[in-house]
Amino acid sequence: MKFGVLVFPGSNCEHDAYHMVSKVLHLPVEFIWHQSKDLKGCDAIIVPGGFSYGDYLRTGAIARFSPVMEAVRQFAAAGGFVMGICNGFQILLESGLLPGAMLRNKGLKYVCRHVHVRVESAETPFTGLAERGSVLHIPIGHMEGNYFADEATLRQLEENRQVVFRYCTTDGQITDAANPNGSLANIAGICNEQRNVLGMMPHPERASEAVLGCEDGLVVFQSMVGALELLTVKS
Amino acid sequence: MITEIEITPEVLSRHNITDEEYQRIVHVLGRQPNLTELGIFSVMWSEHCSYKSSKVHLKRLPTTGPRILQGPGENAGIIDIGGDYAIAFKIESHNHPSFIEPYQGAATGVGGILRDVFTMGARPIAAMNSLRFGPLDQVKNRGIMEGVVAGIAGYGNCFGVPTIGGEVVFEESYAGNPLVNAFALGIFKKDQIFYGKATGVGNPVIYVGSKTGRDGIHGATMASAEFDEESESKRPNVQVGDPFLEKLLLEACLEAMKTGAIVGIQDMGAAGLTCSTCEMGGRAGTGIEIDLQYVPQRESGMTPYEIMLSESQERMLLVAEKGREEEVFQVFRKWEIDAVTVGRVTADGLLRVKDHGVVVAEIPNAALTDEAPVYQRPLRKPAVVSDRPGPAKSASPRVACGPVLRKFLSSPNLASKEWVYQQYDHMVRTNTVQLPGGDAAVIRIKGTEKALAMSLDGNGRYCRRDPRRGAQIAVAECCRNLVCVGALPLAATNCLNFGNPQKPEIMWQFSEVIDGMDEACRMFETPVTGGNVSLYNETLGEGIYPTPVIGIVGLIEPVTHTTGCWFTGDGQVVALLGRLTEPDHEYQAALEHAFSETEPELSSPKDAYTLWANRLPCPPLDLHQERQVQRACLEGIQAGLIRAAHDCSDGGLAVALTEMSFSNFHAAGQGARIHLPAADFPAGVLFGEYQSRILVTLDEAHWVALQKIAAGHEVDLLRLGTTAGDRLTIQDGGSMLIDEPVAELESIWRHSLGQYFQH
Repeated sequence: MKFGVLVFPGSNCEHDAYHMVSKVLHLPVEFIWHQSKDLKGCDAIIVPGGFSYGDYLRTGAIARFSPVMEAVRQFAAAGGFVMGICNGFQILLESGLLPGAMLRNKGLKYVCRHVHVRVESAETPFTGLAERGSVLHIPIGHMEGNYFADEATLRQLEENRQVVFRYCTTDGQITDAANPNGSLANIAGICNEQRNVLGMMPHPERASEAVLGCEDGLVVFQSMVGALELLTVKS
Repeated sequence: MITEIEITPEVLSRHNITDEEYQRIVHVLGRQPNLTELGIFSVMWSEHCSYKSSKVHLKRLPTTGPRILQGPGENAGIIDIGGDYAIAFKIESHNHPSFIEPYQGAATGVGGILRDVFTMGARPIAAMNSLRFGPLDQVKNRGIMEGVVAGIAGYGNCFGVPTIGGEVVFEESYAGNPLVNAFALGIFKKDQIFYGKATGVGNPVIYVGSKTGRDGIHGATMASAEFDEESESKRPNVQVGDPFLEKLLLEACLEAMKTGAIVGIQDMGAAGLTCSTCEMGGRAGTGIEIDLQYVPQRESGMTPYEIMLSESQERMLLVAEKGREEEVFQVFRKWEIDAVTVGRVTADGLLRVKDHGVVVAEIPNAALTDEAPVYQRPLRKPAVVSDRPGPAKSASPRVACGPVLRKFLSSPNLASKEWVYQQYDHMVRTNTVQLPGGDAAVIRIKGTEKALAMSLDGNGRYCRRDPRRGAQIAVAECCRNLVCVGALPLAATNCLNFGNPQKPEIMWQFSEVIDGMDEACRMFETPVTGGNVSLYNETLGEGIYPTPVIGIVGLIEPVTHTTGCWFTGDGQVVALLGRLTEPDHEYQAALEHAFSETEPELSSPKDAYTLWANRLPCPPLDLHQERQVQRACLEGIQAGLIRAAHDCSDGGLAVALTEMSFSNFHAAGQGARIHLPAADFPAGVLFGEYQSRILVTLDEAHWVALQKIAAGHEVDLLRLGTTAGDRLTIQDGGSMLIDEPVAELESIWRHSLGQYFQH
């Protein structure tokens, strides 16, 4: 079982994702340069956070044209697990692998702090080991995390239970006060219809080790490993 | 040589070159300089690059020690942290650009200090900032602060370095001259250090990074002059930063260094191509010859003068091993960054600049660097340094301590700075062990059991009253902050912000600060590895408070010793290491006086804390006592006895106790019941800013063990009370001084700063 971490010019959480897989999960992991046309046989792909191409245009708008994204599209279409964190989420939106778009935070400022998110669906490879309704304490760090989609898309997301995480209070209430960026319906993370592609604004890799003060993010990675193991057994 | 422009007194004055200095230039060259050469001299001999007023004083600072691998003189200082690792760190000012253009001024300040660190081969893993602004009730100061914070965030966040700490201070003194001091720290293996030396005659000199434009020409001379009404029209002198390009430059440089083909490397910061060429040659005792036709240029028609003096950002100069250029170019091509050979190292010790083969400047490197002018400027102790408190009143003022506490917590100087640090990505790289808001920032070092703690501290307010003791307190407090998180202080960097050095009173302040810093750094065994001097911080002839900012790095080993400053639950003993107050009658009288004077402002919308604090003299400090307190605290932490530790500084004991009741994880507050010994003037005990005190909490079971440690260091350990419930109560003898719900205090403390920015 091997993880791949995409590297775009301007990615800056690639080392964090790499460390997460190699030193916390103790699994093989490889960096994949944005100009690569294949995914080096990886079984799961992490699109890390950062400021791909400086994000001087719309976040993720240039990264979607990188050669590696074509490979990711094919991989995802074949059911491969793809997880986009922060800028990775933004890139997946721009690439059309996930529906919707990101607007600037409602406060118009970058926000870095711990937030609470409620697990809305445990029926994804990324949340299989989490309990639906459970609350995770995970940090965010972004300027454009204000998720937006048109009414029809939102309806579809809700009907298909594609909303995976929502910003909430400590005790799991979905309120405006608990929404750090103005995101539509407090959305913090969504998956695609096939449920094999996840995008989330919070950084689970920043909350997966006791030394960092919080391990709530670990369940996301462990769920992925569990789902991958299941796939291996099946095949 | 290019066409001569007559060097008139006006031309010299525009270049901030004195007649005496001009004579010296003529003497060094044996002829008159041309305009390009004059420009080169003017930036290299500017205060910013040459330290001509400060050098004689800086020499007094301790700069050596067993852990020091590189002291002052390089791009950054380097210390050994044990095992295979070393760290490089430095602080630098970007005060002048940040006043003229807050966003870009601050952003490029961050960019510059990051380059100083990675040019040595270290990967930046932490940044901090020390910021000073005028009062926030003035819209202009809010605008500057908003721009500066956004600039730091915009650059650091994109670059991918966590901005994990620092300080933000508000005083009227900085309204016309804000201070923006940026710190960066990087890590590397001890055998991967690179220096800014142009060694090996015949080796190619390679230019990498951004193209050269007309931005920032004469930034270094601008930073060496006072502000006047026209300063804001100097905006074109401020450079524009591109953090994305800097991130690529970082990755490309670190990758190129791994090829083994790089001999020396230096960033192009102040004075750009001029400074990097002559300093690299100067350090190696070699010459450098470059031809400007090869320098990548952003615009056409730039003159040699402009190219040599441009301060375009995100550029580096490197010297490679002859014949191995292609290995270097290959890496930069991968990252899509310009890299071209612009010249070579020579044996003649000269900086020779050609333009299409024609020599346009030729100056000995040494004349620009080591042999630049040094001034022993006159010093004069100002007639009145401290305003003495008025005649003692017969009775102490009656102070309602609860309301004072609430009022003080709402001061921007004491309130939580989360409005600032939440705009900074402080968690990227997943090393941040201690979130901002604690006594010192802490990051772990992956692959080891070590963690690094770091803190920036300054106190212009104290230094104004007593520069020498104020500087001692800055060092003492910085070390105290490190000790509170469980770190052993190792080494320091400093950023010395002062007014016009040509005024003897300012130079006296500077000299006193150096003496104080020297004494304190020796006491705490934290040598100074480098830093930066920023002079001419004056607007319309009014100097800022003398403001030395000290940055100290400490080591926590193992990382599990990391200690927070927040109460960790009910039933813990709360105690004070150090003396509750000092028997200093003058300071005690001043406290009473300050409370009387501040009484009307306590019930006004004004920032009463800052007004009150400015009425106080510099508090007493005994360096030896301070060291003992710190040693006792660190030993207690390392022995696993102490659960939480917090330094008592601004706002004194009461504010420190209150802060301990909060948490940086937004958990519910934790109350405490505190009993103080009866005092004649309890408000003085609660709010007096006595030094050398650390509040600690511990389990009852560890009390005796901690007492032993304190006694071993001959330090007082006073039991103050117990953590309990959700209220903070402080009694003095039998009377209740403070009885407040923690949640309400926290709400004031957490939101007061942000309220200034709600549009």
